[in-house]
Amino acid sequence: MKIFVCVKQVPDAKDVRLDPKTNTLAREGVESIMNPYDRHALEEAVRLKEAHGGTVTVLSMGPPQAEATLREAVSCGADEMVLASDRAFAGADTWATTYTLSMAIRKLGGADLILCGKQAIDGDTAQVGPGLAERMNMPCITYVRKVVAVADGAIRVERMMDDGYDLVEAELPALLTVVKEINEPRIPSLKGKMKAKKQQLVMLSAADIEADPDQLGLKGSPTQVVRVFAPEMRGERAMIEGTVDEQVAALAARLEAIL
Amino acid sequence: MLKIDLDACIGCGVCEANCAFGAITMKDGHPEVNEKCTLCGTCVDNCEVGALSIEREAKAGQTDLASWSGVWVFAEFRRGRIAPVALELLGAGRGLADTRGVKLAAVLLGSELGGAAAELIAHGADTVFQVDDPALAHFTDDAYGNVLADLIRAHKPEIVLAGATAIGRSVIPRVATMMGAGLTADCTQLAIREEDGALLQTRPAFGGNIMATIVCPDTRPQMATVRPLVMKPLTRDAARRGEVVNVAAPPERLRSRVKVLDSVASEGEQANITESDVVVAAGRGMDGDKGMALVKELADALGGAVGASRAAVDSGWISYHHQVGQTGKTVAPKLYIACGISGAIQHVIGMQSAETIVAINKDPHAPIFDVATYGVVGDVFEILPKLTAKMKERKGA
Amino acid sequence: MDYFLSEEQQMIVDVARQITEERIIPQRAELDEKEEFPVDILKAIAQADLFGLYIPEEYGGFGGGSFDIVLALEEFGRGCVGIATAFAANALGAYPILISGSEELKQKYLPDIASGAKYAAFALTEANAGSDASGIQTTAVLDGDHWVLNGSKQWITNGGEANIYTVIAITDRAKGPRGATMFVVEDTDPGFSYGAKEKKLGIRASSTRELVFKDCRIPKDRVIGRVGTGFITVMRTLDLSRPGIASLGVGLGQAALDEAVRYAKQRVQFGKPIISFQAVQHMLADMAIQVEASRALVYATARNLDVNKSGVSKISSMCKVMATDMAMKVTTDAVQILAGYGYMREYPVEKMMRDAKILQIYEGTNQIQRNVIGQELNKEYINK
Repeated sequence: MKIFVCVKQVPDAKDVRLDPKTNTLAREGVESIMNPYDRHALEEAVRLKEAHGGTVTVLSMGPPQAEATLREAVSCGADEMVLASDRAFAGADTWATTYTLSMAIRKLGGADLILCGKQAIDGDTAQVGPGLAERMNMPCITYVRKVVAVADGAIRVERMMDDGYDLVEAELPALLTVVKEINEPRIPSLKGKMKAKKQQLVMLSAADIEADPDQLGLKGSPTQVVRVFAPEMRGERAMIEGTVDEQVAALAARLEAIL
Repeated sequence: MLKIDLDACIGCGVCEANCAFGAITMKDGHPEVNEKCTLCGTCVDNCEVGALSIEREAKAGQTDLASWSGVWVFAEFRRGRIAPVALELLGAGRGLADTRGVKLAAVLLGSELGGAAAELIAHGADTVFQVDDPALAHFTDDAYGNVLADLIRAHKPEIVLAGATAIGRSVIPRVATMMGAGLTADCTQLAIREEDGALLQTRPAFGGNIMATIVCPDTRPQMATVRPLVMKPLTRDAARRGEVVNVAAPPERLRSRVKVLDSVASEGEQANITESDVVVAAGRGMDGDKGMALVKELADALGGAVGASRAAVDSGWISYHHQVGQTGKTVAPKLYIACGISGAIQHVIGMQSAETIVAINKDPHAPIFDVATYGVVGDVFEILPKLTAKMKERKGA
Repeated sequence: MDYFLSEEQQMIVDVARQITEERIIPQRAELDEKEEFPVDILKAIAQADLFGLYIPEEYGGFGGGSFDIVLALEEFGRGCVGIATAFAANALGAYPILISGSEELKQKYLPDIASGAKYAAFALTEANAGSDASGIQTTAVLDGDHWVLNGSKQWITNGGEANIYTVIAITDRAKGPRGATMFVVEDTDPGFSYGAKEKKLGIRASSTRELVFKDCRIPKDRVIGRVGTGFITVMRTLDLSRPGIASLGVGLGQAALDEAVRYAKQRVQFGKPIISFQAVQHMLADMAIQVEASRALVYATARNLDVNKSGVSKISSMCKVMATDMAMKVTTDAVQILAGYGYMREYPVEKMMRDAKILQIYEGTNQIQRNVIGQELNKEYINK
């Protein structure tokens, strides 16, 4: 089985904070990490490979620094790593991103199964998985919490819904997006780290994937950011002062009035 | 691209300091722009000497934008009922449609739809496109996506809205890709731009640390998802009149490569956080199991549910079902008590519609106090047990 | 201090550190409290290839040496000496096979130990034979194609959890020190059972049990090395393992120092962080000096062991004494600096202090180590 895992390098959300004085993002000391949901997608791919054979290719679209994330993925069990990197890809929204990823996967001979994290923690859109499935003409199952079986050209999984879960089966090739509950990602192994150090990085440019330049990056993105601003907060903000006991008494009285 | 007029530039660095994306760095006294730039225009607005400007390349977009008209709402229907978010979207969609002077339609897909279409009309829809077919009994992204896309192609609405539910977030990106349309996820505000009638879609970005307003100037339909409980439904009006259009979908468009073998409604634990009148929520400040127990005790004393911030869930103190915020659930209870929650916008988005918000935090500068009705600066480990005891006492009295 | 690690050695540290940060530290307090064996953490360590660190590549290992294992154990020790002990006991159990075992025994057992599929344990101590190994009562008698073992072993680390036990028993009492032999006993062998799990002061995530042999029959080919060489194998095993115990001390000392400095910076008394008081500064300085000096000696010893196969008893004992006495002192001082908070279970230093004590006791008490050092000195100076 030829499995692709799409991964994204993102700023560590714990570190991203708004500077209350300047209203800008404090970026200093913000580390880049593999999108946490993608770690679960990768772990599931490696487990499927271990159980059923095949190869796991990790694919990322991003700047050259994303190589570190791909090497981490190889140290966790991926066989091949591919970085789609080109200035022309910059500024892509999810529409242009799925175009680029799909062209890259086609260039690499297609996939039997594509795994993605349910969303990336920097954008939180959850759109790349389903969009990529459409581009690849594959069925898509989102929010997968468990892979039940893979047999006879089909994959059976449990997907989380708002009101419970569904047991569903899709014909392969297919695309799944996974939630954290699906597994506990492994820690990179020593042999994996040594392999990752030596592993050849496949770099793909816009020309390599034979992409239509009009559909790439900012130019190919239907959505356009026209304004960014600090969120407004509107609270009455009545502060309850005093000793702990006074605070508790005052608060209890107000709660009593509401309930 | 971002153009920099080096003659006008005085090298003040304001653009670098104000760029939320880290796309500008000062070098040799002048800004340099890198590939992280999204052309958001913040730097242009902030540049006091007018040294920055944006040049947009003409896009090879659609040419017949004017022929797209009307506002649509994808009305999610599951287990014999309309998802509440569909009615909320009709409320929002009604306003947009009236501003644009166009019709508001709902798209209802499923099996054994009963009186659902009438309900949608009573909540504001002028038209309901209804596809009632056993093949749509269970949600599959294939069949739902095909049918929805075919309807959009046939009727060309300018705006399509859907709930950011598990179903909406699965099928809508697929449809947007089919249509070559822009899509904005999890919008918290929708408005019409006066100049050109474009849909202004505002959503939190960067984990909710900033808000971004997005437009899709060159493509139609303009598509957006909205989380449940963010918009307000209209009051039900059974006297409202509307048209129900029954559409038969061709069998090949209903065929799905995904089969639903079983559908299990879950244990009550998941649901009650969005339905409870009282939510007591725990954040990073609760610092582990001991703190979580205090929150639980207060929730029990108030007959409420336990919520949590992303930080508490990521730390493994409580399951994801309890998460409130942009990446969790949206709640709108009568009373929300935030314990040891700093109040990152990512969390606030999920609870700001609560009637009364109480914040308890040891940091007087925590942003949670900005949304609070009542703020208490203090140690949660001291305050919660005492508050719980007080509330139990009153209940007993 | 920069110890100029090779790229490979740095990788070992990185892998062990990630396991320590992501798995060991978040779970250590609970496992200690519940006295629970760290099954999942050992699995993660196995998956990361660290079980085979010191095992030659031909048996499925990484092919590293003492220095490599010392680097990993220091990281684990920084997280939890109990969990680290459960891991390290595998090496102690495997060393006799590695040092003296036949090719067949190596092929049979080492790959499973290297992959973490099976756990190993080392069984020397008895009720009447601790520091004085000549008091061993367990016997092994040849009966046709089988050896029959009778007796019991006390306080065996990984007892009840391990699948492979390397056990010393008397095969000919008349021959004195040359009358003991080492065997491999498997958990499924007939006549082999366990006593109750011990309740301990520290390292409570590790399992410590009695092993009971009652006419325990094992095939003849389970002898490690030649009959009668048991004591030699034991001594060489302990020479190899002591730097590992020492490195647990280094990791533990470092962890205690880290906690103490962090706390001293943040705790305010008399209007100032307590780190600004010289009384505290001097304590922290002494802790830092001892940790670094111990680390330097342990690293130097391990590197030495990777080159010299004999004449290493003295340095091996020296680093064990130094680093483990240091760990006891430094963890005690850390509790002192955290004072009331340090004594409470909410903070990790009281556990560190409880865990430190065993390091001065097991794998040869620090008194026995000093005997070894003294005897070696006596020999060295014979002609000087």
